[in-house]
Amino acid sequence: MSVSTVQAEVKVETPFQRLRAEFFESRIAATAFVVFTVIVLLAVLAPWITPQNPYDLAQVDVLDGRLPPGSEAFAGYTMWLGSDGAGRDLYSAILYGLRISISVGLASGVIALAIGMAIGLIAAYVGGRTEAVIMRVVDLQLSFPASLVALMLVAALGKGVDKIILALVVAQWAYYARTVRATALVERRKEYVEAAQCLGLSRMRIVFRHILPNCLAPLIVVGTVQTAHAVSLEATLSFLGVGLPQTEPSLGVLIANGFEYMLSGRYWISVFPGIALLLTVASINLVGDQLRDVLNPRLKK
Amino acid sequence: MTKLTAATAAAVGALVLFTGAASAEKLTIGLASEPTSMDPHFHNLGPNNAMSVHLFDRLIAQDEKQRLSPGLAVSWKPIDDLTWEFKLREGVKFHDGSDFNADDVICTMARAPEVPNSPSGYGTYLKGKTFKKIDDFTVHAVTGSPYPLMANDISTIPIISDSAGCDAATEDFNAGTAAVGTGPFKFSSYKPGESITLVRNDDYWGDAPGWSEVEFRPIKSGPSRVAALLAGDVDMIAGVPTTDIETLKGNDGIQLSQGVSNRVIYLHMDQFRENSPFVKGNDGSEIKNPLLDRRVRLAISKAINRDAIVDRVMEGVALPAGQLLPEGFFGVSDNLQPEAYDPEAAKALLAEAGYADGFQLTIHGPNDRYINDAKIAEAIGQMLTRVGIRTAVETMPRSVYFGRASRGSPDGLPEFSFILVGWGAGSGEASSPLKSLIHTYDKDRGFGSSNRGRHSDTEIDAMIEEALRTVDDEKRQDLLAKSTEMAIENVAIIPTHFQVNTWAARKGLTYIARTDEYTLAMGVVKE
Amino acid sequence: MTVFVIRRLLQAFFVVFLMSVIVFFGVNIVGDPVYMLVSPDADQADIEAAIRRLGLDRPIWDQYVLFLKGAAQGNLGDSFIFGEPALKLILHHMPATLELAFSALVLAIVLGIPLGLYSGLYPDHMVSKGIMAGSILGFSLPTFWVGLMLILVFAVELGWLPSTGRGDTASVFGIETSLATWDGLSHIFLPALNLALLKISLAIRLTRAGVREAMGQDYVKYARAKGISTKRIIFVHVMKNIMIPVVTVMGLEFGSLIGFSVVTETIFAWPGMGKLLIDAILQLDRPVVVAYLMIMVLFFVLINLVVDILYSILDPRVRLQDQGA
Repeated sequence: MSVSTVQAEVKVETPFQRLRAEFFESRIAATAFVVFTVIVLLAVLAPWITPQNPYDLAQVDVLDGRLPPGSEAFAGYTMWLGSDGAGRDLYSAILYGLRISISVGLASGVIALAIGMAIGLIAAYVGGRTEAVIMRVVDLQLSFPASLVALMLVAALGKGVDKIILALVVAQWAYYARTVRATALVERRKEYVEAAQCLGLSRMRIVFRHILPNCLAPLIVVGTVQTAHAVSLEATLSFLGVGLPQTEPSLGVLIANGFEYMLSGRYWISVFPGIALLLTVASINLVGDQLRDVLNPRLKK
Repeated sequence: MTKLTAATAAAVGALVLFTGAASAEKLTIGLASEPTSMDPHFHNLGPNNAMSVHLFDRLIAQDEKQRLSPGLAVSWKPIDDLTWEFKLREGVKFHDGSDFNADDVICTMARAPEVPNSPSGYGTYLKGKTFKKIDDFTVHAVTGSPYPLMANDISTIPIISDSAGCDAATEDFNAGTAAVGTGPFKFSSYKPGESITLVRNDDYWGDAPGWSEVEFRPIKSGPSRVAALLAGDVDMIAGVPTTDIETLKGNDGIQLSQGVSNRVIYLHMDQFRENSPFVKGNDGSEIKNPLLDRRVRLAISKAINRDAIVDRVMEGVALPAGQLLPEGFFGVSDNLQPEAYDPEAAKALLAEAGYADGFQLTIHGPNDRYINDAKIAEAIGQMLTRVGIRTAVETMPRSVYFGRASRGSPDGLPEFSFILVGWGAGSGEASSPLKSLIHTYDKDRGFGSSNRGRHSDTEIDAMIEEALRTVDDEKRQDLLAKSTEMAIENVAIIPTHFQVNTWAARKGLTYIARTDEYTLAMGVVKE
Repeated sequence: MTVFVIRRLLQAFFVVFLMSVIVFFGVNIVGDPVYMLVSPDADQADIEAAIRRLGLDRPIWDQYVLFLKGAAQGNLGDSFIFGEPALKLILHHMPATLELAFSALVLAIVLGIPLGLYSGLYPDHMVSKGIMAGSILGFSLPTFWVGLMLILVFAVELGWLPSTGRGDTASVFGIETSLATWDGLSHIFLPALNLALLKISLAIRLTRAGVREAMGQDYVKYARAKGISTKRIIFVHVMKNIMIPVVTVMGLEFGSLIGFSVVTETIFAWPGMGKLLIDAILQLDRPVVVAYLMIMVLFFVLINLVVDILYSILDPRVRLQDQGA
């Protein structure tokens, strides 16, 4: 079924070049990619391009709290996006928050994907008792609400970025495992796998070179949804009071804090972090969408 | 947006006026926290007590300022050092038509501390008291030693019916069959998590309430509660979030009621360990606990800008605190003012104590217990950092916090060094915080149970204990005030502010704000 | 088939047992419930009495054995807060959550699949791009934020629907449900939509991805060549194929809808078991937390079983007998 090899064309082009060309065919995807790159850059450069370090309590003054966009802070700089209830300059806080949210989302997404994918593939390919055991563990896992996993970890380990990542990985890996296993289960019984087995290819080779690529489309769908979800989930955990520490707010904490101000007319406290979250998540998703279309051999015209 | 909202509210208001004659009006109230049971003796908890006031009278009532007034008892007085006499009100009928008399009181006092499965009962208030029926309308309470707080304690016990309630289980109260009291409202329905409905008791012995029916709806999320009021789904809400007060003030369709509460927010400091776990030198090394030094504690108090907390964090809805209860309560001192904000003096004091360069400290606090608790902890962290005490802030859910703050350290001692806590004086007078927060921790005698800083001063202890033996009100008032002054002088704790509670109602309704934070349908009046 | 079901049930029993260990010990290391319960006025003796009454002075193994003994008789312990059997409390709150999750699932399927189908069939159409943009918004915004927005727009500003709470209920086959009354339906719409939002987006994306993939495949080309109507190709052939991932995910999502109803129920003051759970977690009502999780485990294992059986019906290549081989 590997159509791409059949379509052997004369033009010499590395797979990556081809991927890149196809990816940028879509203007929306290209824009999303640029937006995401800019967001990542802003987040990385935050300490050098913001007037305030919102995590240094000596630089944050509650007397600067809840100022509307364009106000001047006590320290003299202008707060272009206003300030939140604790007196953090929102522009600075959003960039610093982005750092945390993106690292949390990506780290938990990648780790969960890797673990889930490996486990799902093993389950589907090995089958039998191993599969049964693995899938029962997946059931077990999925029955835990993420908020409880987080609360238990927070209680046992304390709050912090690493704990949240751990909680999100624990909450998410099973989704990947389930999805991979479901798809691989179908793929495994397809003729091309039988053919590969007849050819005497090693198990590992069949799993990783043949079955895995065919599982990619649903994985990317789930992966983009889950990474986006991880960022949202972190905000939700903060809303429930078990997220990241108040004093080092992620984007999620900023939004959760801003939630209280939604009826008060101080729109900027939740709207600006909200927009930042929206741009981040949406651009990840759009990039993911396009990647899926490009990676899927069956969508080729 | 405001226009539309106002229009909606006005329309709803008009509708209510149109549909209901004054005597047959229904009131819907959105509650911030829900009672856990309809059994008045099941759980000694604010929302439960507030609910039970509707159904069950006490012998002695507490008014909106927690002052005592006659309830089912028309008078009470000590007849000797160890005996209090209660004269009961005659001609009072329970909701089921039976008569109220001394038997109901005796069986209530027997049942209240003994409810099976009760998470926290009323035994605390009945300990050491024996009740005797003298005649149908006279009851004596006998204690082993002179006990001035008798009336305060008795005012917390809801009186149930001998025939309908005393042998009933909590489930029977929840089902309504046993929820028979003498109060201004009768039980109608109880759906946990959803609604509690009460109807007027037309035969009430006191002033009949102005509402024929009251529905309480628990709406825990603050913004949702406000939205429910704006949408006209409820007539009044309790626990208005401070963030929304300003907007609601500007809304013509909404009326706010505010009142200071009996709850003080304060800081406790580790005063019992030579090396405190969350105090470190600037280089992160272990240092001798600076909080043992009164000058350091005073410096912290001076470094806190109480006006900024009230103004910026609490949006003006709080009062700066200089003692344990706001003025007007029994036992407060007239001589104490909130410590003035003076960062320079704070730095000087720190230098004098040998900490010119400050030290590192962690403030711990809950994030779901008091109004804006996490934000207050953060603001205090900022303020201390400014005078050189580099402060980290760690907040956590109360479920984790209180256990650790009380006995989280491996040896069963309080775990933290510097904590933000609150104290509501349920009895409505100063002995409650003095006994629990200031008195030396004494497990055997039940003193200092919430003294998580373990401040200890024998002179203050003696004075508090004397106050608790003094039946003469004037003398007791003096002793309590003086103990408070000494505690503040020692900087045993640092009070920051008194909480102010806010209720919001649709236009045309006002709530008589209460210091005990109760939300009572009887307190909702039509203009 | 019967062997398969029995085997799975046995496995489920084992999972539930294992889970009871993890949950019980996990929940019991969190916090200190005594301070959540006693009145601040309580002195040290009262606090110790409360600890004894709750059985918290016993070693944790003892507590677990007691719990198991009770569980064997269908008693999962009494709520610390309410004093009633935890199981009874949960069962009492269950219908509200189930009807909410069910409504959300129906909304997700009814809205998500047709929208996904459309945008998959006409990927370059402006409407499709709008749908996809909407689906991205759907899971980019946190549930609690959208929930409050829905209340603000539909209840406060427009006044079309009630803001919070559950409406009138009526009895259908002995179950009290608000789906049977007009008032109940008006109350459930906003929370169900809020809860469904993420799932609608997911359904759209899965369907779209499936449709786009399927449309390029040989069997569709053959079908076209044979002159079968486009309608029949889409609704019989394509749909049958894309239903597999959609059924898998939606089956999984039903459980997660129940789990995640926590947030929606908090915002909309919906008296379901999600709200019961978060309150129990925040107040450390351990028996309720444990009982809730045990029920969820059971529920989930059953859902998985059903999904796997559905699999075999929808795709005969997945043979159930293989599970044991």
